[in-house]
Amino acid sequence: MTARLAALVVAAIVLVTLPYWMHGVYYVNVASQILFYAVFALGLNVIAGYGGLVSLGHAGLFGIAAYATAYTLAIGFSHTAAIVFALSFGMVAMAIFAVLSLRASGIGFIMITLAVGQIIWGLAYRWISITGGDNGINMHGRPEPFGISLSSPYAFYYASLLVFVVAVAAMTIFVRSPLGAALMGTRDQPRRMNALGYHVWLIRFYACLLSGLLTSASGILFVYYNQFISPQALDLTASAEVLLMVISGGAGTLLGPIVGATLVVVVKSVVSGFIERWNFLLGAIFVAIVILMPEGLVPGSARLWRLAFRKTPPAAAADKAEEAP
Amino acid sequence: MNALTVTGLNKSFGGLHVTRSVDLNIEPGERRLIIGPNGAGKTTLFNLITGELTPDSGTIELHGQDITRSPSRNRAHLGMARTYQIITLFGQDTIIHNVRLALLGLSPQRWNPLIDLKRQSGFTEQGQKALELVGLGHIADRPLAQTSYGERRRVEIAMALAQQPKVLLLDEPFAGLSIDERRDVHQCLMAIPRDVTIVMIEHNMDVALEFAERITLLHFGEVIVEGNRAEVVNDPRTREVYLGH
Repeated sequence: MTARLAALVVAAIVLVTLPYWMHGVYYVNVASQILFYAVFALGLNVIAGYGGLVSLGHAGLFGIAAYATAYTLAIGFSHTAAIVFALSFGMVAMAIFAVLSLRASGIGFIMITLAVGQIIWGLAYRWISITGGDNGINMHGRPEPFGISLSSPYAFYYASLLVFVVAVAAMTIFVRSPLGAALMGTRDQPRRMNALGYHVWLIRFYACLLSGLLTSASGILFVYYNQFISPQALDLTASAEVLLMVISGGAGTLLGPIVGATLVVVVKSVVSGFIERWNFLLGAIFVAIVILMPEGLVPGSARLWRLAFRKTPPAAAADKAEEAP
Repeated sequence: MNALTVTGLNKSFGGLHVTRSVDLNIEPGERRLIIGPNGAGKTTLFNLITGELTPDSGTIELHGQDITRSPSRNRAHLGMARTYQIITLFGQDTIIHNVRLALLGLSPQRWNPLIDLKRQSGFTEQGQKALELVGLGHIADRPLAQTSYGERRRVEIAMALAQQPKVLLLDEPFAGLSIDERRDVHQCLMAIPRDVTIVMIEHNMDVALEFAERITLLHFGEVIVEGNRAEVVNDPRTREVYLGH
């Protein structure tokens, strides 16, 4: 427990001081990207990891929040109005998305989310009067909360960090809560949960809403970061990418999506500067993860760690103590 | 008033008529045994009673209240609990967490997204009590993956008992158990207080017959014989379809 606390303190210090020791604005921007993609991955992880409901349409929801922000600003509203509207519109979109998709679970759920995600992509591409079609929407400027302009990459980093910390804290509380336990129960034994008195559909619906909130928040950060949104950000590849972040890091763990987002963003934006075929490299890494640690990097590393140091799980240790004469 | 009343219950899967106008009248506190050869529709009957399947026709009443159309979760809140023939537990969690989930299912706290479930001592204490009833109190914190088949059967029963049901449906609670384990489970079933009505499907005739007061024999989805222990065992039709010659 103290080791965990120490790791948390170290992580907090590293994240807070990052702009001071990280050389170059470019890398600070990469760090911001990691943070908001991590929030996106955490959002997908709520349903894919803890709920067992794999969505292949999440980039659509991410895009809806981004477009809502850009469009609200384009027609002349303030940043506050844009952010509030984007979050609420994102949640409403998620609610509709959930009502449609939760008619099924398993492969059925995947297929419906895929279809809905493609519809959203199609709308972004074709509804030119609102989305600008292929040209997307350009934005000018970032908000200035309390007089601090987020136009500086450093300030934007801290804004992303704040959202990230709130997201991680919310997830930590959620997974320990009764509702979190119920959600994991519906993933493992939906029939049994129903017979025990749980409303399986409603639990999944609430999980989708939490997922939608985190996804929308990351979509807003994304559009403020890029100052631009186009249909490319919500195509199937984008949905698959965030799903790969969740799975490669470890679905159904708190740390997994963060590690997965770091991996994907670092390979995409940093390693791609050195290796032209970075896509190939990313693919090779995923294959390696699937072969060596099918459960994901975080649980996989924990398993290898236990194996290397021969640490017996606490329950087994307790058994031994019990058997001792 | 009966604890459980089933009237004219029918269910078909395509052309297969698995439940044929089944009537059951089970009194409060009764121990009812349901027997029948494989494929007689015993588990289907349970699934209809607990709401996992919807009947084509007929009604089900729990303490006089019509529950034919209410979903499984509502039946749990009305005091119905079941165990599964094929063990259906949360395999990644500890024993106590399984029981805790059973307790939480009937508590309004199940919607709470903010509190820490493990720190809710009420659930843990009640769960511990339920586990002591089935003799698993000493290994409550053990991960389910490290338990034996017999222990898992008892976790199933502990989860059902934790919900303090009025009507308890046990689907083959002795299946796959060794003689010693069977004796343990038998003891913990005998210890269940009389205000709980128990309906049990079981093939192990030695333990089941000792437990049951009334027996219903199902065959091809139909109730063929019903009566007390002696009546059913001595009925020639029971010998023909079930006990063998």
